[in-house]
Amino acid sequence: MLVRIDGLHKHFGANHVLKGIDLRVKEGEVVALIGRSGSGKSTLLRSINGLETFDDGLVEVDGERLHADQTDLRALRLKVGMVFQQFNLFPHLSVGRNVMLAPRTVRQTSVAECESLARAMLAKVGLADKFDAYPDQLSGGQQQRVAIARALAMQPKVLLCDEITSALDPELVNEVLATVRQLASEGMTLIMVTHEMRFAREVSDQLVFMHQGRVHESGDPKDLFAAPQTAELAAFLGAVG
Amino acid sequence: MMEFSIWDLIRNLGVGAAWTLGLSLTAFVLGGVVGLLVLAARVGPWPRLNRLAKAYIVVFQGTPLLMQLFLVFFGIALAGVDVPAWLAAAIGLTLFTSAYLAEIWRGCVEAIPKGQWEAAASLALSWGEQLREVILPQALRIAVAPTMGFSVQVVKGTAVTSIIGFAELTKTGSILANATFQPFLVYGLVALGYFLLCFPLSRFAARLERTFHARSH
Amino acid sequence: MAYQFDFAAVWAYHEMLAQGAMRTLALTAVGAGIGVAVGTLGAVVRAWRLAPFDRVFGVYVELIRNTPFIVQLFFIFFGLPSLGVHMSEWQAAVLAMAVNLGAYSTEIIRAGIVATPRGQIEAAASLALSRFEIFRHVVLRPALQRVWPALVSQIVIVMLGSSVCSQISAEELTFAANFIQSRNFRAFETYVVVAVLYLLLALLVRQLLLWIGRRFVVGRPAT
Ligand SMILES: Nc1ncnc2c1ncn2[C@@H]1O[C@H](COP(=O)(O)OP(=O)(O)OP(=O)(O)O)[C@@H](O)[C@H]1O
Ligand SMILES: [Mg+2]
Repeated sequence: MLVRIDGLHKHFGANHVLKGIDLRVKEGEVVALIGRSGSGKSTLLRSINGLETFDDGLVEVDGERLHADQTDLRALRLKVGMVFQQFNLFPHLSVGRNVMLAPRTVRQTSVAECESLARAMLAKVGLADKFDAYPDQLSGGQQQRVAIARALAMQPKVLLCDEITSALDPELVNEVLATVRQLASEGMTLIMVTHEMRFAREVSDQLVFMHQGRVHESGDPKDLFAAPQTAELAAFLGAVG
Repeated sequence: MMEFSIWDLIRNLGVGAAWTLGLSLTAFVLGGVVGLLVLAARVGPWPRLNRLAKAYIVVFQGTPLLMQLFLVFFGIALAGVDVPAWLAAAIGLTLFTSAYLAEIWRGCVEAIPKGQWEAAASLALSWGEQLREVILPQALRIAVAPTMGFSVQVVKGTAVTSIIGFAELTKTGSILANATFQPFLVYGLVALGYFLLCFPLSRFAARLERTFHARSH
Repeated sequence: MAYQFDFAAVWAYHEMLAQGAMRTLALTAVGAGIGVAVGTLGAVVRAWRLAPFDRVFGVYVELIRNTPFIVQLFFIFFGLPSLGVHMSEWQAAVLAMAVNLGAYSTEIIRAGIVATPRGQIEAAASLALSRFEIFRHVVLRPALQRVWPALVSQIVIVMLGSSVCSQISAEELTFAANFIQSRNFRAFETYVVVAVLYLLLALLVRQLLLWIGRRFVVGRPAT
């Protein structure tokens, strides 16, 4: 089991946001997290790499355990990459430098090696020619692909994606989805929050429906889409079409 | 009474102004270094240290510079060490500057979107690396104009050190005013001296501010 | 042997300190009152480009903002008598504070006036308000509202800066401290206590002025 989450609880003040989440993700598996706004999808995802602290429970990624009160997150974060809705590229660095930054500072790889790594990652997302461009010279879709390349450069065991196409103009969504689909086919372990239902059905191996801070229903996406077991999932799928 | 020509006055005041400039530069540079440490303590992931740094800033921004200088001056003297005025002045003004710069820079750091910290954090950068590689380079851009602007306050702040006996421009002026019985002329020249030091800095800061706003809109 | 702190030697003079603190407050109140009035006038003149006074205020603002308060104070107290203008220590201190604050508040309030949305004035004009009424209700009051926190900060800065008025023997808080430490030979303790007093005054004046701002400048009762 690559990712194991046991009994995760999280409060924001009096708001009980995660109410005992259990989740298992195998190596190479693609998990799609769906659910209504406010159901706790982002909070769950952000707990997996320690961007959000939690009150109780356990997160384990490839043998690296994270407890409720842990502050040293480096070892875990070396194994977990993340891509954000808002891209969050570093605007003061060129595209190449964005990708090189972490290997350079965290892994202390030599500049030459970092550069060839960065070029390889950018080629992988189809942006080899943008090495010297700056983020604000790119389209949203290109920026998001750079963000993916940047995360991949750390060779994570699992990649977390939080609604990575939600901030994009509709015509730019597909290029990013194509990149994700390619990663999935190469065996990358992915946990993604998405509102693209068709994409979730096609690409994911496990569909997780969150409702009011709980995993309300989960399983094979084909089965769940065809025959939701709970009224809530049925209603949700009906609403999003 | 000695006879002073206007040139004697200007020459003597020039020496005082040089000390003013030297003290300003010292306080600004050292204050910047200490200010960076205070900034780190203020925004770092250490709640206790955050509160301590906040208190430091509140105290230095909430008390007169003169009291700070007196406390440094008499505080070091308590240890049985005789402090020269220039040293007390440099230490006091450095602390004063560090508190203000830390607060100015905190504003700049907090203007950087949280997503930048988060992106850097999820790439496994340590907090220090996040600050150094991602946040500060961006915060620096917005910090330049207000930092330049504050340098004017530092230059003017040095005038208060005349009270603990440091012979900078104001102190030199006081001595000359007493010796020549021409306080109007002497203090006028002293004011002119400060104006010549500060006005270009103010102008430069204002221009940086405008170009920055022009670029970011 | 380690130094023995003796704060009782300062407490012995607590009445003098209280009086000094009150005087610093009084100095600040008068200086700030005049200063903000000057600043309001200056802001209007500058914002409306009333030649030639806008230039005059422009020069005044730059001169004051680019020279130290203590030099302004010395110039007024020691320099002006050569022109036949004589003042008491107290008057000189108040004048220096007012002149200093006047310059800063000119710029602060001007920024508030300049930020008045054009539509507001046009809307008011269409309601047939007189020019003076428009100015008072649609321009000045909202401008003061906008910049009140900045103005309060500047007033606190001027109050703390008034500490150097002890140098012309104006009998305020620092003057009291200097006197006390010359009697009890406990300079460090005395200045620690006085620094704390200034800190309390600064917090108090800030809160008080912010409250006044909410109560009177905004024009509706504080909630
Ligand atoms: N930093 C925060 N402080 C307080 N409450 C928060 C914070 N972040 C999230 N919440 C609350 O936690 C709950 C879950 O939020 P979360 O962002 O995980 O939902 P989500 O499922 O990702 O929703 P969306 O689809 O809108 O992104 C919501 O009620 C939200 O208001
Ligand atoms: Mg979310």
